[in-house]
Amino acid sequence: MTTAAEIVFDGVTKRYEGRDGAAIADLSLTIPAGTFCVLVGPSGGGKTTALKLVNKLIPFDEGDIRIDGRSIKELPAVELRRGIGYVIQQAGLFPHMTIGENIATVPRLLGWSKQRIGERTVELLDLVGLEQSDAKRYPTQLSGGQRQRVGLARALAADPPILLMDEPFGALDPITRARLQEEVRRLQREVVKTVIFVTHDIDEAITMGDRIAILREGGVLAQYDTPDAILAHPADEFVAQFIGEDRALRRLALRRLKDIELDPVPAERPTVEAAGSTTVRNAVSLLIESGADRLVVVGDKGVDLGVLTLAHAAGLLR
Amino acid sequence: MIAAGPVIPNFGQGSSCVTGDNLFCWDWVRQHWSDTLQPALVEHIELTAIAVVIGSTLAFGLALLAHRRRRTEQPISIVAALVYTIPSVALFQILVPITGYSNATLEIPLVAYTLVILFPNFVAGFNAAPPEVLEAARGMGLTRNQTFTRVELPLALPAMIGGLRIAVVSTIAIATIAATISEKGLGYPIFYAIGLPTPFKTEIYSAGALAVGLALLCDGALVAVRRFVTPWSRAAAR
Amino acid sequence: MIGDTANAHTFVEALRFIVDNPQLLFTKAVEQLELSGAALGIALLIALPVGIVLGHLHRGSGFAIGTSIFVRALPSIFLIAVFLTVLGLGFTNNMVALAVLAIGPILTNAYLGVEGVDRDAVEAARGMGLSARGILTKIELPLALPLLYIGLRVAAVTVVATATIAAYAGGGGLGDIIANQATYRLSGVVGASLCVMALSAGVWVVLIALERTVTPRGIRAVRVQAALGTQNEEGM
Repeated sequence: MTTAAEIVFDGVTKRYEGRDGAAIADLSLTIPAGTFCVLVGPSGGGKTTALKLVNKLIPFDEGDIRIDGRSIKELPAVELRRGIGYVIQQAGLFPHMTIGENIATVPRLLGWSKQRIGERTVELLDLVGLEQSDAKRYPTQLSGGQRQRVGLARALAADPPILLMDEPFGALDPITRARLQEEVRRLQREVVKTVIFVTHDIDEAITMGDRIAILREGGVLAQYDTPDAILAHPADEFVAQFIGEDRALRRLALRRLKDIELDPVPAERPTVEAAGSTTVRNAVSLLIESGADRLVVVGDKGVDLGVLTLAHAAGLLR
Repeated sequence: MIAAGPVIPNFGQGSSCVTGDNLFCWDWVRQHWSDTLQPALVEHIELTAIAVVIGSTLAFGLALLAHRRRRTEQPISIVAALVYTIPSVALFQILVPITGYSNATLEIPLVAYTLVILFPNFVAGFNAAPPEVLEAARGMGLTRNQTFTRVELPLALPAMIGGLRIAVVSTIAIATIAATISEKGLGYPIFYAIGLPTPFKTEIYSAGALAVGLALLCDGALVAVRRFVTPWSRAAAR
Repeated sequence: MIGDTANAHTFVEALRFIVDNPQLLFTKAVEQLELSGAALGIALLIALPVGIVLGHLHRGSGFAIGTSIFVRALPSIFLIAVFLTVLGLGFTNNMVALAVLAIGPILTNAYLGVEGVDRDAVEAARGMGLSARGILTKIELPLALPLLYIGLRVAAVTVVATATIAAYAGGGGLGDIIANQATYRLSGVVGASLCVMALSAGVWVVLIALERTVTPRGIRAVRVQAALGTQNEEGM
């Protein structure tokens, strides 16, 4: 059984000398244990700064950050960091160590036995989708996507209750990025942790997050809510602009046909079909393309699940 | 200094090869290996080894200082570059009034040259770790010292060994100049042989060949060492 | 060993020697610089074109870099002695030996300088229709100039410093005094040593100062750091 911790930002402010305004201004938000929270916003919005406050890579000036109720000010930085998984964009794997040795870094620091480390490494390689034989290889021999998986495994090695991820997929090509996003979502279902995930890509945020915190320039919190809620009711002009004018369609992309309530199939079966795994958004696109106003949803085994009409799809948004 | 008389047994009654001023006399080499060439070789190795060991240690310490306090790097570099411009024969002679005709006088210049060659290479080595690797190390909870010993130092090895190659080879060559104020090392037979009325080719070539051979041997050995201690670069090459 | 007293007082006497013999020291210094200049000239004539051409063709890196490594392993006195046996005592054998020493840094740095020019810039130039010769003269050489200059500087200082022992093989220069303790006593030897030290340091300082003027303004990338990198594994 793995653990997860609650993270609370309480009125946190961070200023940089010689710059007007704060990098983070009076940030308060609560991340319940086990939540996948995405920090998103434009460049310079302070999201990476906010992330690095949690593991004390950057100190803050006012306010407090509490993990499971304990202020991080009380914990020495080194000890704190060994209890937090940290994944960065270029992975930062140690080039002179094998994958196995990389993964074993924090466990070794914590004094785990060789056997325990070995077992954990086997477990982690499986978890992140790498081959066992990869343990003996060196980072230069792996692709960018594989390296990032190792970065993930390394961060999870000591089973920390918190995971910090700083634009981890930014340097990858779109296909690899999509694959890894999927992997991380699967991982989170298996190994529930509290995750703070930073990205500048609103699509990625919507895909990955249980909760999204939108930070505007100057580290000010613009909105903090579930993806659907933000898309349905953006807090202000800035948020609305940031998530894009097509937010209604994006909301539809969050649901799949097999999960929603459908109309019964009439005697005259509609000609257009769609699989149950299709998103509502893609279904609407299909309808527009074909010129029809309804389609039949087909489940896994070829069974008709129901019918979706354009009107019904639009109604989902209310 | 060189005219202080031969220490090696007089070869006045040499073979026909020697007296005939031939290009190279193997018989002379065989005859005088144990009384001339071998001792010179051993002395040379001693001189170099001591200088490299002391020089590396000092260079390591200085490079560490320059690494921790970046502002010290430039002044040290400038002093190092200036020292390297000093002709070795001059440095040896200048030390004579200070440390006499002792081993210290021989070693101090050699240590100095080793040190100034190694310093920039060691510093470059310590700076070799990519910034994202250092950030990951810090974020994972490695202390400053742990980061140095477990990450920066291993990654510094290629540059450090590269520097050692240069330093060892250079020091072996420079150590021949020690013969201007002593009778030690492979330089002595060479200086002696060219000071003769008729320069003696065989002695020059054999002593010189030994010096060059020694240098190339050490260079090769260090290349092997580097390959051994950096398995990750071998992996990348595949 | 010759009955001179060797102590701190010797330095005072050495300075007195310098003050008392400016003519001698000056003449010797000029001799040394002449020898060095000749050797450098030959080395430049041979090594510069070879290094540049190899770099332009991106060929022979093993040779270009290996030259420096090999030259580094040659004791200067050995080199001088070898040419002594071939060319006899005097100016020529020393000049040739010193030229061989200088070839290493000049060739290697010329090669690295030209070879390392930004490939994109060369591609763009080729795309614009520049001939190979045009690319060499207008793009590669100007951009390679900093490294070329470093090679020249390293070679110059090495040659001037090494020319000191040319005296042991009839090459003249301040080494004549250093090699002749019988005549000049330890104080003279130390005095000449101090002079030759100043000479080679002076050459270094002058060349470093001139470096500014040689670098094309766009790439003052020759930071003091790189300028002092006389012992890097790449440029020698």
